[in-house]
Amino acid sequence: MSARILGVLDRKVLRDLWRMRGQVIAIALVAAAGVSLQVSMGGLTVSLSETRAAYYERYRFADLWAPVVRAPLPLAMELRAIDGVASVETRITAPVLFELGGEGPPPSGFVHSLPQDGSQPAVNALHLAEGRLPAPGSSDEVVVLDSFASAHGLHPGDSLTLTLAGRRENVTISGVVLSPEWIYAIAPGQLAPDPALFGVIWMNEAGVAAATGMSGAFNEAVVRLMRGASEPAVRAALDQALAPYGAAGAYGRREQVSDAFVSAEIDQMRTMTRMMPPIFLIVAAFLVNIVVSRMVAVEREQIGLLRAFGYTPLQIAGHYLKFASVIALLGLAAGAALGAWLGDAMAGMLADYYHFPFLLFGLDPGGYALAGALALGAVMLGAAGAVRRASRLTPADAMRPPAPADYSRGLGARLIAFRQIDHQSRMVLRQLLRFPLRAGLTGAGLTASAALLVCAFYFADAVEVMVEEYFTLANRQDLSVHLADQRAMGALDALTARPGVMEIEPFRAEPVRLRFGHHEILTALTGVVDDPRLARLTGKRGETIAPVPGGLVLSRDLADRLGAGAGDTVLAALTRGARPELELQVIATPQTWVGSGAQMRLDDLNRALGEGDVINGAVLRMDAREAGALYAELKDAPAVAGMQFNAEARATFREIMDETMGTVIGAFILFACVIALGVAYNAVRVSMAERERELASLRVLGFSRGDVSYILLAEAALITLAALPVGLLAGAGLAWTLSLSMDSDVFRLPFMISPASYGYAGLILIMSVVLSGALVRRRIDRLDMVKVLKTRE
Amino acid sequence: MASLDAEPDGAAPTYQVRDLSRVYGDGPAAVHALRGVDIDVPEGELIVVLGASGSGKSTFLNIIGGLDRATAGTVRFRGQDLHDASDAALTRYRRDHVGFVFQFYNLMPSLTARENVALVTEIARNPMDPAEALELVGLGPRIDHFPAQLSGGEQQRVAIARAIAKRPDVMMCDEPTGALDSKTGVRVLEALQNVNRELGATTFLITHNVSVGWMADRVIEFADGAVRENRVNANPVPASELSW
Ligand SMILES: Nc1ncnc2c1ncn2[C@@H]1O[C@H](COP(=O)(O)OP(=O)(O)O)[C@@H](O)[C@H]1O
Ligand SMILES: [Mg+2]
Repeated sequence: MSARILGVLDRKVLRDLWRMRGQVIAIALVAAAGVSLQVSMGGLTVSLSETRAAYYERYRFADLWAPVVRAPLPLAMELRAIDGVASVETRITAPVLFELGGEGPPPSGFVHSLPQDGSQPAVNALHLAEGRLPAPGSSDEVVVLDSFASAHGLHPGDSLTLTLAGRRENVTISGVVLSPEWIYAIAPGQLAPDPALFGVIWMNEAGVAAATGMSGAFNEAVVRLMRGASEPAVRAALDQALAPYGAAGAYGRREQVSDAFVSAEIDQMRTMTRMMPPIFLIVAAFLVNIVVSRMVAVEREQIGLLRAFGYTPLQIAGHYLKFASVIALLGLAAGAALGAWLGDAMAGMLADYYHFPFLLFGLDPGGYALAGALALGAVMLGAAGAVRRASRLTPADAMRPPAPADYSRGLGARLIAFRQIDHQSRMVLRQLLRFPLRAGLTGAGLTASAALLVCAFYFADAVEVMVEEYFTLANRQDLSVHLADQRAMGALDALTARPGVMEIEPFRAEPVRLRFGHHEILTALTGVVDDPRLARLTGKRGETIAPVPGGLVLSRDLADRLGAGAGDTVLAALTRGARPELELQVIATPQTWVGSGAQMRLDDLNRALGEGDVINGAVLRMDAREAGALYAELKDAPAVAGMQFNAEARATFREIMDETMGTVIGAFILFACVIALGVAYNAVRVSMAERERELASLRVLGFSRGDVSYILLAEAALITLAALPVGLLAGAGLAWTLSLSMDSDVFRLPFMISPASYGYAGLILIMSVVLSGALVRRRIDRLDMVKVLKTRE
Repeated sequence: MASLDAEPDGAAPTYQVRDLSRVYGDGPAAVHALRGVDIDVPEGELIVVLGASGSGKSTFLNIIGGLDRATAGTVRFRGQDLHDASDAALTRYRRDHVGFVFQFYNLMPSLTARENVALVTEIARNPMDPAEALELVGLGPRIDHFPAQLSGGEQQRVAIARAIAKRPDVMMCDEPTGALDSKTGVRVLEALQNVNRELGATTFLITHNVSVGWMADRVIEFADGAVRENRVNANPVPASELSW
């Protein structure tokens, strides 16, 4: 018997859901947004770190890199004997230039040597995507990094011309590979990977040794640690063993460029996963609260009656919880589907930049379970208060019709004194003041939406500032040239004299360990000309901050990592020449959004190192019409190890930012609109349902549809107007938090929001509310005066 | 028609209703709420509308009050056809000429008695002071009370004050005493009769209560969607003398 009657109640659940489908869909969408973000970003965070861990383990990714100038091969035995070292691979790593024909800027990159016997290296093994490793003993076969190969359509069997230590070589491609060292394949000092302009190849040791004059020697040891070994201890031991051979100092994964990028990506995704889904789920909970509260209020007599018939409070509670849980399940289903799709799309985007040999994004049952629990929990929590009220109604309540809403108490009643407020506005204000919690929650939802919108546009602003600062203000060169080794200052004279070259600035960059207090960082110390005009560190107003004699200009991010400020004296341990330890006074710590910099005067650096007046690179401004000829000349210059091109780098950076940030911004805007629509639509709908009778009466009294709409929509408009400034402020706060948490070694998000961003955010919010209003307005137009007035409240 | 701003024209009737019918729904389920009603109503009369439940009284009142539209036939208010009026024109007609009183008061709970009345006087062309209107229905002392603080009869009298405050040409009262006890009902009827005399507003008063007919200038009785009887009462009695 009870089953049959429950069946009737269940049918009521379905009818209620259908009757309120607009609101149900709006809430389910908000929940779906939260679920999809949790599933996709949470899932991606997990799968990205797990994929990375598996990749590193299976391909024996190094824990430490120890570059030297030149060390004899037998030294490897000594390194293997260091306590905590599991395995060591010694290799030769050298810069290489590629010759691929065409007028454009020539690609550069690195060659790593492979064991002569054709076996995989013991550390940093390669994943073969195509072909095979170079044949044992061969000296003219190479394997090519897959991003570079696909950018140029290279396959096994193709031949390739390259310049290695000034020598032109013709080699044959035997395979295409992925490497755990080059998941994110980016040229040193670059901001964004450009697979066409940066390549990595591997060839047998003898071939590299012959070309670079490194026979019987190595210039880099890569080391894997034993489980539980102390990284600093091993690093110190390595540095000690390698010191006589020009060791620049071993560094770990944190300072390995590719891994640093992957880590930053994972961190950012984790931050977003923690911040975003809760916003949506909280909003969904609050919407459920409004809708179920309203239902319970309207149905109190029915509930009392059901209680009189013998239904238990639990059955009553169950009835409304069923209604809420269907909404949660709808949101969950839509969110899971959307999340799978979103996760796939985001993984596809990541796969363009991060190269793994296997699948990035898998459906993570744990993630779904978590998202499901969160969504259900949030919705149930939202319904809880109203459901409790429903289950506490007694049969006696059924007999007693609710008294007309009492507006005689509270702030609203005092409006009697204000004669100048018209009566429609009075109704609006009293409604607001009588239900301040609901108005507050609606306002909070709109605030969240506005905040998300501000954040979305803030990202675009931040990228704009970063690009402007780095490419226009700080780095005004067209081209940077890196030399294979240091050369006398005069090496550039020929270049300077060339007609295409408009301005040239030499530099000397050396690896350095900066120490201050307990902190130590590995970075590059650049000796620059006295008044740099091209590659500069700049102050707040864009002025050049040039190093003074004995002083160090340190970008803010490095200074922060050291815990040092202007006026402090830091230790700079250099690894060239006499391996001096310099005491340098920090004279300024200019903020850089992109990249870092530690600059001192070139003369000071050369004097300290005692190797004469030398340089190892230059930045230059050139006449674009002469570019082709200039490239050809530089490519063949034996000293040139690599080149970087500002225009190309800027375009690549832009492209990546447009794609990744564009997607993020689009998603933020979409989600913000979902929230605004869901919140505003529900608020106006509930208000309309509650006041249908009043509104119909007003129409009877001769008020026009416009007047009636005003009463209904002015409330939403007022809440929107109140929420807007708060939301914009909250958005600034959220953006500020994001700017702090998205602080990576490579870039920092500047906290700068343009007035236009606030404007767009406000406009979109207002438009969303107007759209919600328009949807409800149609119902006002169809309001049936006669029908509404015939019934008792 | 451009507007319903008609002025009274001496001998002409306020309403001229011809062959008015209203059908709800269609096909076999269609309900003929009104089937060919013909009535002329002179200016200033107090008309009591009687009839069994479902006989079409409310439908009739709603159509001549501009809340609903007829399926066929014509309603002329001071010579102008309501049927062809636009929605906006009907809204203006209700605003400028008609005062409504319903069984269930329909006050704005968020406005005080005075404000409920002022809501209407604000958009009226020649309104009285809200306080004066409330005085007319005997509610002077309760002027700043919210509906939740008033009894049913008091709420209904606020509704009447709201209807009369704009000095309407016609009053439409659909079972105004339906929810009230006899003593309170008589006070409400007194107020209506008072207003009809003082303002000269043509007043329609729907009721189940046959004895209310004694206070009318004219009694119209509906049966099954048509007018069964339309008689003039030569000697209306004061409402205060009624009881049931
Ligand atoms: N909106 C409607 N839809 C269908 N039938 C209706 C509607 N309104 C009224 N009716 C029907 O029209 C007839 C007349 O109703 P009504 O004018 O309200 O009668 P009265 O006011 O005399 O009791 C009744 O049979 C009623 O059921
Ligand atoms: Mg009726």
